[in-house]
Amino acid sequence: MKIIFEKSSSGRKAVELPELDVPMKENSIPESMLRNELDLPEVSEVDVVRHYTALSRKNFGVDNGFYPLGSCTMKYNPKINEDMAVLNGFTQAHPLAPDLNPGCLQLMYELEKDLCEITGMARITLQPAAGSHGELTGVMIIKKYFEVKGEKRTKILIPDSAHGTNPASVTLCSMEAVEIKSNNQGSIDLEDLKKNIDKDVAGLMLTNPNTLGLVDKNILEIAKILHDNGSLFYCDGANLNAVVGISKIADMGFDIVHLNLHKTFSTPHGCGGPGSGPVGVVEKLVDFLPIPLIEKENNEYSLNYNLKNSIGQMRAFFGNFGVMIKAYTYIKALGAEGLRQVAENAVLNANYLMSKLKKHYKLPYDTICKHEFVLSDEGLPNNIITTDIAKRLLDYGFHAPTIYFPLIVHGAIMIEPTETESKQTLDRFADVMIKIKQEAEQNPDRVKNAPSNTPVKRLDAVTAARNPILKWEGKC
Amino acid sequence: MNYIPTTEKEKKEMLKEIGVNDAIDLFQDIDEQLILKEPLKISKKLSEIEVRKKVESLAQKNKTKTSFLGAGCYNHYIPSVVNHIISRSEFYTAYTPYQPEISQGALQSIFEFQTFICKLTGMDVANASMYDGSSALAEAAFMSHNITNKNKILISKTVHPEYKKVVKTYCKMHDLEVVEIDFKNGATDTEKLKNEINDETASVIIQNPNFFGCIENLDEIEKIAHENNSLLITCIVEAISLGLLKAGNADIVVGDGQSFGISPSFGGPAFGFMAAKKEHMRKLPGRIVGQTIDADGNKGFILTLQAREQHIRREKATSNICTNQALMALAGTVYLSMLGKQLKNLAIINNQKTNYAIEKINKLINFEIVFSSPIFNEFVVKCNDSKKIIDELEKNNIIAGLDLEKYYPELKNHLLMCVTETHSKSDIDKLVEVMESIK
Ligand SMILES: Cc1ncc(COP(=O)(O)O)c(C=O)c1O
Repeated sequence: MKIIFEKSSSGRKAVELPELDVPMKENSIPESMLRNELDLPEVSEVDVVRHYTALSRKNFGVDNGFYPLGSCTMKYNPKINEDMAVLNGFTQAHPLAPDLNPGCLQLMYELEKDLCEITGMARITLQPAAGSHGELTGVMIIKKYFEVKGEKRTKILIPDSAHGTNPASVTLCSMEAVEIKSNNQGSIDLEDLKKNIDKDVAGLMLTNPNTLGLVDKNILEIAKILHDNGSLFYCDGANLNAVVGISKIADMGFDIVHLNLHKTFSTPHGCGGPGSGPVGVVEKLVDFLPIPLIEKENNEYSLNYNLKNSIGQMRAFFGNFGVMIKAYTYIKALGAEGLRQVAENAVLNANYLMSKLKKHYKLPYDTICKHEFVLSDEGLPNNIITTDIAKRLLDYGFHAPTIYFPLIVHGAIMIEPTETESKQTLDRFADVMIKIKQEAEQNPDRVKNAPSNTPVKRLDAVTAARNPILKWEGKC
Repeated sequence: MNYIPTTEKEKKEMLKEIGVNDAIDLFQDIDEQLILKEPLKISKKLSEIEVRKKVESLAQKNKTKTSFLGAGCYNHYIPSVVNHIISRSEFYTAYTPYQPEISQGALQSIFEFQTFICKLTGMDVANASMYDGSSALAEAAFMSHNITNKNKILISKTVHPEYKKVVKTYCKMHDLEVVEIDFKNGATDTEKLKNEINDETASVIIQNPNFFGCIENLDEIEKIAHENNSLLITCIVEAISLGLLKAGNADIVVGDGQSFGISPSFGGPAFGFMAAKKEHMRKLPGRIVGQTIDADGNKGFILTLQAREQHIRREKATSNICTNQALMALAGTVYLSMLGKQLKNLAIINNQKTNYAIEKINKLINFEIVFSSPIFNEFVVKCNDSKKIIDELEKNNIIAGLDLEKYYPELKNHLLMCVTETHSKSDIDKLVEVMESIK
């Protein structure tokens, strides 16, 4: 399909600009500051609508079907949330006029309070734009905390099962990420932890439940080891969906947590964003949060810039407010009871699917899981590998699971069904996975050459990286 | 309301398959003492009618008025097409396009986005979006340090104050020194820039048009930066200006795309963009889409140059960014497709209307347009009592603009005002009339 630039036809227009209703004056901007060309497409409104509608039809979302992408919590995105986010009173609100927009402040205040209750944290900043931005915020808080204490601690421990954003966030703070091994049960290897803990260790980042879909059984002991050493305990809360309403992050001994509203709290992923990555902290770290915080006094809401040790500001204004509206609507609709049901059913669905599939695929960590589980491609016949399974699933109308992550599982196939899928969908998915396994035995080429009924066939990633074509080089 | 389809009967069947009696048995791995015994202190569930009323009541507490407030978040008309396209759920309910065979819609539109950004900024490569303009600028500052191995960042005082704060937050982590360059007549003081720049300078950061709406002398600043072997980073906050103004011969161009078809929404979500010269391609943060071929030799698109990114390189990645602002970048792509070459005329309308407002306000006795540098669609007005002006205009349902003292103590009683195509002549006349009437 042509790109929009190739559809340009000189003189064609999609919008009618308003006539200039003030007297046209001579241009007041010096020639040297003006651009000399503006090579943008000239198309009609119907061209634009057909073009992007056609593109949308080559795209697969949760509304198209089952999307068991592990670690991403691809649950159904309720439609009411979308409607609430585009209410005029919100979309027209200007961030530098907070006094005129008490409804925005109240929404953020109440959302913070609910998230504090869910996590057990003392205060939460809503400023970070995504999970990774939240991690960066959290690591900055850790760094500043020790600076203020007058201690020079440079290391952050991270289990080998962690998401890549964890070590990358540590580097962005000029700290050193030190990898900690997992044991054969998928938990942190306590011996390795003890070996690595010393006075240089500022903290440990643990994904909880972790990327294998497991809660670390030694969580309280890990917290104690860290706290005895004066270190902080950071929770990557991207997987909160498994424990929301069941257990509180702060009770487990964590000092800092980031959440992904675009996972647990049902806000859609929009082909890769926008998200929202609030960060919660225990009382002793409140002073380090980004400014401003929102305060309530006598039923009035105000902005508090007065945090003595604040790390500063993480982005302009308040964060992805539109995403917060969706999460707020979701929490209010579900209530306490509904949130707990989310965790129960997410875990039920994952365990159900796991028990069906483990009879056919290798399950390296065979134990009750939380929101997701990870299969391996070890032992598949005819050199069939994870990529092949993933691509063949596309032919059957499913999105693929997350693949090749976490790194500690050979050919990882990470499956997160979420609570919004029905038993029928899970059964159908299990049947297809079993069928693909049979195909792998009987007709491996079919699987190797998949997908065959998608808009394009397997794409050549090597050529793309070796000879990068990153934009259209033509002229309209 | 909940969105769980499982019936009690199905639940029983599923528990049986798993081999446990109760769903709570699936939480045995969590220490008993950590399991909540009480429900969360969160209000009880609501039906859709109830939740709608509740959220609507919050939206209604906000006061919408005719606004002359810009300052990094702008009111522009959004063609209906934009929201219709981004409301297609094949787009908005999809994840990052990890499976390219069923994500060509997202991938091609990102490729188009990168092309739009390159054409507008004059750069060779652009990424798939950043969180916002401010974090894009902070990452660009860090990138300039990575490229040059130098530790000093010179940033003009005319850069958006909130952006400056974010740059400082990020730079502090690497012990980079951030030095502010003062302004003269509303634009960066190039003499002061010459005095500050030295061997340690990684980059010079300029916003254009700057926070005061003034257009910077990018040619001169570029010379100063490049003669010193420092990089030039330009930051575009009012993106409509790109229809008329050049982005300068920068090394990295970043900006915020809110003006491209996205409503203010209390400051987010919109999208940040980042583009650079080809030689810096492998230092860019974030997702990048490239064109390739499929197994049948047909053209297709895929996420590429991933060896820069956190999921491959972990602690050695160029950045930690993962989720970006893809759907908002799609809004920008659709907006730019709609506007096309007419972006120039739209920019001219913004500029002409602003000049009309300036001319009228300048004639008022108690007001003065303080900077005479050329402007795009924002300007600074000096008055006797900014608080009073803001209050009086508010009584007339007009948002005056930004009181600059909030960010620049030296600019007491100065207002930053913005005029766009959404203001009619009568809106401007009314503004001027009320301003004139204030005693
Ligand atoms: C475990 C985990 N941590 C962190 C992240 C990063 O979150 P985001 O993509 O919102 O930056 C993700 C998701 O991508 C994740 O799955």
